[in-house]
Formats: sequence, structure tokens, C-alpha cells
Amino acid sequence: MIFDPLFRVPFFNGLVLAAVLALVGAYLRMRDEWLATFALAQVAAAGGVLGLPLGLPIVLTAGLAAGLLALVYGLLPRVNNNHYGVAIVLGWAAAILLAANTHQGSVIIDSLLRGQLYFSGPGHLLAAMVLALLLLTLLPWLSRRLMLGRFFPDHFSANRQPAWPHRVGFGLLVVFSVVLGTVALGAVSAFALFFIPSWVAFVLARGWRRSLVLSVVLAVAAYLVAFALAIELDQPFGPVLVLVLVALVPLRLFARSH
Amino acid sequence: MGRGHASLNSDKLENTQALVSLEGLSAGYTGPVVGPVSFSVQPGEVLGLGGLNGAGKSTVLRALTGTARVFSGRIVRAPRLSIAHHQQRPERPPELPLLGRELLALLDADPHPPALVQPLLDRPLSRMSGGQYQLLQAWACLNSKARLVLLDEPTNNLDGTAIEALGEMLATLGPGRAAILVSHEQAFLDRHCARQIEVSPWTG
Repeated sequence: MIFDPLFRVPFFNGLVLAAVLALVGAYLRMRDEWLATFALAQVAAAGGVLGLPLGLPIVLTAGLAAGLLALVYGLLPRVNNNHYGVAIVLGWAAAILLAANTHQGSVIIDSLLRGQLYFSGPGHLLAAMVLALLLLTLLPWLSRRLMLGRFFPDHFSANRQPAWPHRVGFGLLVVFSVVLGTVALGAVSAFALFFIPSWVAFVLARGWRRSLVLSVVLAVAAYLVAFALAIELDQPFGPVLVLVLVALVPLRLFARSH
Repeated sequence: MGRGHASLNSDKLENTQALVSLEGLSAGYTGPVVGPVSFSVQPGEVLGLGGLNGAGKSTVLRALTGTARVFSGRIVRAPRLSIAHHQQRPERPPELPLLGRELLALLDADPHPPALVQPLLDRPLSRMSGGQYQLLQAWACLNSKARLVLLDEPTNNLDGTAIEALGEMLATLGPGRAAILVSHEQAFLDRHCARQIEVSPWTG
């Protein structure tokens, strides 16, 4: 069943997203912004529900809602976990209330929270591949600038160089990743891919590039295992992926003991 | 030690090739916290900024990097001046597996540091002590391509040997470059600074 052609497009869509989300997650962890992805995912879900009464595509309204939140974060002088926490609870409440008061809303919110990987079409796969291509193209330029901004926060203002191009560019990549991840994998599963692989890889790897590679390897391995288990055991994919990713966490203890 | 607010005119006349000049600068955040202060930094010199705790020494550096607000006076920079800023509490994200040499590469710093820093090149930042990280950051800034290096309390967390090594690093600045050194350790300022300015809190 796992090799059924029907699953081919969903399989590759999830595979590409697993690698992309883990890679973006490593940069978010470096910037101490990984919790932001859960806030963005919740708000994207609320925005997705809003697409129904507005008659707009779910991906568009989810992207706009997440983009709006990212813009607010970008305009605040300092953003920390408290701000992300507020957006998480607000996004969740808005999503549930919108769903309860919108025709077919509960169906949409259920699919956004649980994910709908098996219903991925060629359009979803194409969008994921465009995202991956964008990320790989921009990363050599983005990476150094993001790190400079993290270790030497006033480097750009001190040298009168604009910081907005890499901030906006990275912000758009994060929003794009969150929306595609939420639509395909569900809000929590997407968040787990942003959050867990780099958390484990950072204590196991020596060196930045190795930690990036390990983050992607862990995410892809977890995805492959989860995809096979979910189909063979006839279980929903999202929770299985989350459980497999959480099963990687004890590797951190192994690293600490050595 | 010269008083910061007293040296405006003489500095303007002294040298028009200064990397940076502060002219009657009052700076702060929601309100001014330091100044007025005036000085200029010439290529090849290490200028010390002294003053009591809370006098606003770090704020002067932040005004130079554009992260503190200038309330009055002005900052004149040499054309295309590049700045590296070693902060009082350097940023170190927890558990980051970045290696020492990868941090140096960010600022295009010389990857052949002195003996005390050499062992840190292949060590993750997360496995360095506070003093080791402080020294690595100082080396990164001092050996970057920046013409002006701002060092804010670089001796924090350093033992005697490391402070000696830091002093040697300061001596490696080329003739076209300069440093502004903020330190509460008067002996270190006396030993390594050609000139010192005392910074005072804003008096209104």
C-alpha cells in the first residue's frame, strides 16, 4: 500500500517539506525564534478558516494571516516568547470560534490542525519544491547575514547597511514554510518539524553545517518512518509523525552523557 | 585623562583625518543618559573611555553603532567607516554548535589567532567558558576588516593570562585602524590606551 501511486505525490510533498521545515527550524533556533512557528501556524489556521466566508483560497488567507503576524513581529522593537505565547492562544481561539460560526468551518479547521497530507495534489508539491528551491538559492546569502545579526546585533546599523532585506526575506520564507507545512501536515506536526530536529541535532553535531545536515537527516528519517507506520497501521499521519519525532529527543541525553 | 566635554574644539583642530568625531554628543534611550561628550579617534590609536559605573560609557558606543539615540550634538564618521562592536555581554545562543572558526569567519577575521585562542577554533561555542568566548569575540572584532573596533569591557571574565593576551591583541591593530576601549579596569586602560576620555552622566 505504501508504494501505491496514489500516495506518490503526497509522499514527495511531505518529504520536501520535512527537509525544508527542519532547515528553517535550525535558523529559527539559532535566532531563538522557534516558538514563533507555532504562533504563525495557529494564526495561519485561523486565517485559513476565514477564507471560507470570504470565498478565497485557504492557502491565500492562511498566508495573509501568518504574514500579517510576521509583519507585526517585525515592527516590534523586541519580540520574545511572551509575544509568541499570546499569538498562539489568540490564534487557537480565533480558529475555533471562526470554525464554529462558519459553514463547513469545522471541516477546514480539523484539516488544518490535523493536516491533509494524503490529499496533497501536484500544486502542493510544486509549491513545496518552489519553496525548497528558494531556500537553497537564498541560504548562502541569508545564512551569514542572519548569523551576523545574531552574534553582532548592531553590525548592520553600525556599518550603515540595511538589515531589512534579509529580515524580510527570511520572514517570508518562514511564513511560506509555515503555511505549506500547516496545510499539508497540520499545525502541530509542522511545528514539531521546525522544533525537534534542530533541538536534537544542535547537541549531537559539531559545527554549523553538520548541524544543518543532521537536522535535515533526522527530519527526513522521522518522516519516512512515520509515513510507513501511518499507512501500515492505518493511523492518522500527523500524530504518528509527532510521536516519531519525540522518540528522537532521548538522543539529546545520549549526547550529554558523552 | 581629559574630560569628555572639554575637548571639542581642540579635537576638531587636531586632525581632520579622524575615523570618527563626537561633537557635544548627548545620547540615551527614552531620554539622554550621557554627555555632552566630545572626542575624536585617530587612525592607529587606542582610545580609552573611563568613568563611573552607569556613567554611560556603553551608551556612547551604542550611539556610534546607531542603537542609542542621539539627543544633541553629532557624530561625524569617516567615509565608508566600518565598525566592529564587541559588546559587554556578547550574544551566545544556548547549545549552538557553531565552532570558534565559524564565528571568526563571520567577520572575516584572521584564522591564525594567538596561542590562547588557537584551541578554541574547533570547539563549539557552547563548550567554551565565559572567558574563552569573551576572548574569541575580542579576537574576531580586533582582527576583522573593520577600521574602528569598539570594545566594551573586554576584560570581563578574563583571568590574568587572558588579559595579557588581550593586550597583545590590541597591539596588533594596523596603522589605519583604531579602537575605542571601555573598561572599568583603570590599570588596563593606562597600559593600553594612548589617550583617555572620562565620560560623565548627562547633567541636563
